[in-house]
Amino acid sequence: MSDLFVNAMPDQTGSDEPRKCLAPEPRAYPEKPEKVYLYGTCLVDLLQPEAGLDALKLLEQEGIDVVFPDKQTCCGQPAYTSGYDDEARAVARMQMEVMAENYPVVVLSGSCGGMMHHHYPSMFKGLPEENHAKKFADRVFEFTEFLVHVLNYQPEDKGEPQTVAVHTSCSARREMNVHKTGWQLIDSLKNVARKVHDHEFECCGFGGSFCVRYPDISGAMVNDKVKAITDIEPDRLISADYACLMNINGALDFQGHELKGTHIASYLWERTSMQSEGESNV
Amino acid sequence: MSEQIPLHDLGFDQRVERDLNNPALRTNFREAMDFLMDKRSSSFTDDVKLQELRTLGASIRKRALSKLPDLLEQLEAKLKENGIRVHWAESSEEANQTVLDIAQHHGAKTMIKGKSMVSEETELNEFLEKKGIHPVEADMGEYILQLAEEKPSHIVMPAIHKSKEAIAELFEQNLDDCEYTENVDALIQAARKELRKQFHSADIGLTGVNFMVAETGSLVLVENEGNGRLATTVPKVHIAMTGIEKVIEHLDDLPPLLTLLTNSATGQPITTYVNMISSPRKGDEGGPEEVHLVLLDNGRTIPFADEEMRQTLQCIRCAACMNHCPVYTRLGGHAYGTTYPGPIGSILSPHLLGLEATKDLPSASSLCGACSEVCPVKIPIPDLLRRLRHEGVRKLKKDEDPVIRGHGAKYTHTEKAAWGSWSKLYSSPALYRTFALSATLLRGLTPSKMKGWTDYRTSPKPASKSLHSLVKNYRKEQEQSRNKEAGGSQ
Ligand code: SF4
Repeated sequence: MSDLFVNAMPDQTGSDEPRKCLAPEPRAYPEKPEKVYLYGTCLVDLLQPEAGLDALKLLEQEGIDVVFPDKQTCCGQPAYTSGYDDEARAVARMQMEVMAENYPVVVLSGSCGGMMHHHYPSMFKGLPEENHAKKFADRVFEFTEFLVHVLNYQPEDKGEPQTVAVHTSCSARREMNVHKTGWQLIDSLKNVARKVHDHEFECCGFGGSFCVRYPDISGAMVNDKVKAITDIEPDRLISADYACLMNINGALDFQGHELKGTHIASYLWERTSMQSEGESNV
Repeated sequence: MSEQIPLHDLGFDQRVERDLNNPALRTNFREAMDFLMDKRSSSFTDDVKLQELRTLGASIRKRALSKLPDLLEQLEAKLKENGIRVHWAESSEEANQTVLDIAQHHGAKTMIKGKSMVSEETELNEFLEKKGIHPVEADMGEYILQLAEEKPSHIVMPAIHKSKEAIAELFEQNLDDCEYTENVDALIQAARKELRKQFHSADIGLTGVNFMVAETGSLVLVENEGNGRLATTVPKVHIAMTGIEKVIEHLDDLPPLLTLLTNSATGQPITTYVNMISSPRKGDEGGPEEVHLVLLDNGRTIPFADEEMRQTLQCIRCAACMNHCPVYTRLGGHAYGTTYPGPIGSILSPHLLGLEATKDLPSASSLCGACSEVCPVKIPIPDLLRRLRHEGVRKLKKDEDPVIRGHGAKYTHTEKAAWGSWSKLYSSPALYRTFALSATLLRGLTPSKMKGWTDYRTSPKPASKSLHSLVKNYRKEQEQSRNKEAGGSQ
């Protein structure tokens, strides 16, 4: 198709877009580091802390020295998406400060990862911190992205056969471009079969303050998501984003379903360590 | 839906409630949008090439906009050279008056119309009817809506919300010798027969425009039904009406944009008709004796003035963003209450109508990004929605000019103060440790807003220990066991 347009491409384009018309290049990944920062995110911190601890153990098991900065709070996204830029920047500055060393920042959510990797550089555009924010953004990796692309993590599945539905957050997919890494990890568990649900790529309806400002639209979205997931009757629901899980789990529970979504960090830890824990109990 | 309450009489939330609770509408839209999404994806099979083409499309549109004033001048000069008359309209009223003047000059009583969203924007039909001129919509979807006295719910498929049954009833009531039938072909034939008569008797043909080529002074119009071809050739006067942003620089710029437009809109490699109008009739080769172009601003120069917002004007109106939008899919187009619904409408309408009248639109989005993923000219719609939210809650600095009408329309002291404390809390680790729990659960989920959450979900339960303290304990355990080992080995 594009051969047709070779003539339309030359110098005439003269815009700030790169002339070279290639799909965005995949980002470059570093060698396996010795140390990383683990960024838990405020929701995991307060609502699902076990997922954070499981992620920490898993990274340590892979031989990484994990620094969990005690002063981390929130990435600033709630204020930013609501249009309160100054308020968001103050919080973002703090996060960059408490993770100032040149270690990779492993983020337990595609959405907060997207905020730091994708939005920090633009929110500091034209400000003194611009360069700093860009450099910081370059070291930010979403958890599954880091496991797959940096650690080449190969989980050894010790669990019973299970079917799994995966929900990927929209930011993981569209801002971090990492929707495939979650699937890849699940697919590498040999006793787990991943099942696809209807409109799997569609938003679950969370959207931060959107879900409380427009509850009926958001409700219609999460109801459809719950139906699509429960229709395929998976044994488990897995996501790398706790915000989506909080939304979907809330609706699953509200409707009386037994199914409850699990963060992928906890699931991986569960599948790979269950046996060994059992053994150590002997 | 024909007994619909006029849009302006309901607020956004009420329209949402009305349409979310209409199961037929929900099913219609879901099925129609699924169909359009499938069409698009089956026509763009090579993702690398699609991304190349999108980059090219975006750069063509950006380049055109970066030279907009010059290109418009060039276009006007070229069109004049070609014998096409150009009229500038700053507002809807001016555009409508211009059309009326031309019509009255020719003593016109009837007008046949090809599809034109800009004429929907200016509410041209209502205006002309009042002045004694009867416009007839010739695009099938628009024709249905005209009979039903409704507004478009989609920019490419204006009557997509109408069921076959509703159309059958409508035709039975309104067309001569048309019996009730659910056979779609028969319905189309019945309408076409009626429309043919109108084509031959109409004094004026009016259409929209998809692209205007500055270099050659050509007006480009794509369509599938032939109504555009007829409306631009049969009546002795043709009036084209469009927004100033539709100009492109070169004829070479056109093929990639056409490919992007038709594949993104309906999954067609090209439409059945591509009309390129470069002049009125010459000699006796046919075509209208006069061609007019009405160029409408109506607020478009407002986003033009801001580099980021300007991207809004890159749009080529393919509707892919609404076809893929989870909110649009559930609401349909009418709930938005604006001529242009869906994601593009939510970033464009605030400029056309001001933020005061449209303040819900930028917020009623989960910012999922499905729109920008498919937009053929790569408009970063979620970023622009967020920017509009920002402008809506921001107070202007001293001597600062607003970038949009209705600036600060959503500003409230309480909200500003709440985010101020939120920011203090989260940028102070000490405060966070003390108060985070209550603050996070969730800032949005204050008791008054909690209801929105609990109408559909149970409340999230805070963990008894935060990750901060779990990690601390775990580190302590690690230390203890290390000490023990060390102690044990001594
Ligand atoms: S914003 Fe993009 S996707 Fe939406 S109608 Fe315009 S060109 Fe198409």
